[in-house]
Amino acid sequence: MYKIVTKRELAPKIKLFEVHAPDIAAKARPGQFIILVAGETGERVPLTIAYYDAGKGTVSFVFNEVGKTTKQLGCFNEGDNISNIAGPLGVPSEIKKFGRVLCVGGGVMTAPLYLQVKALREAGNEITTVIGARIEDLLIFEQEMKDASDEFYVVTDDGSKGFKGLDFLKELIKAKKFQRVIVMGPVITMKTVSEITKPFNIPTIVTLTPIMVDGMGMCGVCRVTVSGETKFACIDGPEFDGHQVDFEELVKRQRMFLPEERLSSMLWEKLGGACHSKR
Amino acid sequence: MPVIAKDKPASKPKIRKESVSMPKQKPEVRKHNFNEVALGYTEDQAVSEAERCLQCPKPQCVSGCPVEIEIPAFIKLIKEHKFDEAIIEVKKKNSLPAICGRVCPQEEQCQKQCVMGKAGEPVSVGRLERFVADYEMKKGVKTPPKQESTGKKVAVIGAGPAGLTVAAELVKLGDEVVIFEALHKPGGVLVYGIPEFRLPKKIVAAEADYVKKLGVSIKTNSLIGRLFTIPEFLENRFDAVFVGTGAGLPQFLRLPGENLGGIYSANEFLIRVNLMKSYAFPEYDTPIRIGKKVAVIGAGNVAMDSARSALRLGAEEVYIVYRRSRAEMPARAEEIENAEEEGIIFKLLTNPTRFYGDEKGWVQQMECIKMQLGEPDASGRRRPVPIEGSEFLMDMDTVIIAVGRTPNPIIQRTTEGLETTKWGTIVADDETGKTSLEGVYAGGDIVTGEATVISAMGAGKRAARAIHEYLMNKK
Repeated sequence: MYKIVTKRELAPKIKLFEVHAPDIAAKARPGQFIILVAGETGERVPLTIAYYDAGKGTVSFVFNEVGKTTKQLGCFNEGDNISNIAGPLGVPSEIKKFGRVLCVGGGVMTAPLYLQVKALREAGNEITTVIGARIEDLLIFEQEMKDASDEFYVVTDDGSKGFKGLDFLKELIKAKKFQRVIVMGPVITMKTVSEITKPFNIPTIVTLTPIMVDGMGMCGVCRVTVSGETKFACIDGPEFDGHQVDFEELVKRQRMFLPEERLSSMLWEKLGGACHSKR
Repeated sequence: MPVIAKDKPASKPKIRKESVSMPKQKPEVRKHNFNEVALGYTEDQAVSEAERCLQCPKPQCVSGCPVEIEIPAFIKLIKEHKFDEAIIEVKKKNSLPAICGRVCPQEEQCQKQCVMGKAGEPVSVGRLERFVADYEMKKGVKTPPKQESTGKKVAVIGAGPAGLTVAAELVKLGDEVVIFEALHKPGGVLVYGIPEFRLPKKIVAAEADYVKKLGVSIKTNSLIGRLFTIPEFLENRFDAVFVGTGAGLPQFLRLPGENLGGIYSANEFLIRVNLMKSYAFPEYDTPIRIGKKVAVIGAGNVAMDSARSALRLGAEEVYIVYRRSRAEMPARAEEIENAEEEGIIFKLLTNPTRFYGDEKGWVQQMECIKMQLGEPDASGRRRPVPIEGSEFLMDMDTVIIAVGRTPNPIIQRTTEGLETTKWGTIVADDETGKTSLEGVYAGGDIVTGEATVISAMGAGKRAARAIHEYLMNKK
């Protein structure tokens, strides 16, 4: 059992949990993820680690309430237990001095990006951070990122805050001559940024979040095509060279179970799932 | 020739050549549910089958058993209606009898050696083993008293058949054992691989629970290599380590279109259905999508399990697509028979060559080529050769790839100095499980590549002996 020690709402429907998991906290590194199972009938859900504190013995992650399990999780409170958490999983990020690094985060993945920003800055890199969301209200970790970066920008899809869209990156890249680009966010963000950096030949690392079941290399549902080869995001990744990833295939594979996911989510809400059973 | 024991009364009626048949769910019923197919012997049936055992003084069956159960002894106890004593006899050698009684390939092992098989059917050792195990489970399992502790600690990696066995054996010898299991439930392939209708998960849970009652601690959600490493274990926590991480890495065909939706590895398909219980979606959260026409590529036990599961999930037509002929199919005869009875269609001497999908990226058609058998290959089986120009299309909306599994790689990637083969298996002594690292032992599929539950248990048993001896001689 893994106890929730802190629950915070970062933005509408976006929540952060800090859970007691001392063994995982002692081993976690930036770029790794956990898999949790919320209850006896639950599915295995991969979530990128947003923060870890070996001293306190806690691991934090951020999720968006989009499907049944995340909605159900949103109903858990401080002091509640999550029945299973496995981790840390996946290959840790490469953290060393590259020089000037551009970090781009979108949506909930901004949270784990914060971990990388801090680690990369500690390693002596000059960090330019860009965080984005659909609308201003959904931006998370804004102040933290600002404080942890040398240069900081905000983008929104609707232009309600900061730049509208990612086009400005081209100018930024030309001006700054980055040695490395890290992108964590929706597939479309990772694809767009990878396309922008490709002509400049800047190594661009993306964190892929395909569907997973075991998350330990056994099922292969997370297979992605990278440089024309099939890789398992769970054990070969989750980070890959953004210039080599077949994003179109990834999008299709992420949507494979959309009808079932919608049904599950709808049933949860219809059957009084709005935190009734949990309270 | 067998010598019949002298105490056998001469007046007994002639021994039947046929074994008592196993009561089963009818094919037309069972193909729509996930309940166990084989229902198990009644007490009368078990006694009647036990009466067929000749009690050979030099029993051949025991030598066919990888865990060396005293087969005639426990069968004799069944014959005498001493079921409680019979299960004690079995458990002296085997801590997981309800599992073995169901999934061991007895026809290749104990029963293959049975002298009754020479003129008729061998004694159904497996069914009898299952009977006594189930009998005990119904009454409530008793735990033998705990051994005095040796003070030695062993880490076992993987709670599958090898790991559970080695742990049970070591704890019986007084060593302290912690099993680290990566998934959220113990059992390994027994929970994620073998379907409910062949091995109910409550049986696996009960036998894993028995191992816990013996004194073994099982830590789930612990992927070794990531959460802890073997060098860390040996440095300060444990005196020895056993690696039983199995062969769980799915193999794909490397054909164009293989990453289309609706194409599952058998592992993905079975993990969803068995471990995550997606047959009960949406009551259980993990979904599975099954189409009307399903092709399972391969003809081993995993392929049969996949095909029969697909049928139970509501598929209209399920094909086994296999590149060789019937004679080369690696599945157990019993499983092939069960699949056939349920209406699985066998498309033999056929090999897929590519997959075509619809605009949403879901598989729609499978291109295959016809094969013929050529000269024998390294495995001794006749090599399948494609017949040029014989390509044809089959409409399919689900494809399950069951062409084998390779070793889980994470331990090998994170343990320096651990010798491995080019196939990714760990190099270990067959008799002792000893690896290239001192204090590190390995057994089961991680050493042999994909094999059977019982061979993994046999390896676990042998390794336990060697590990205990190592611990007793250490320092």
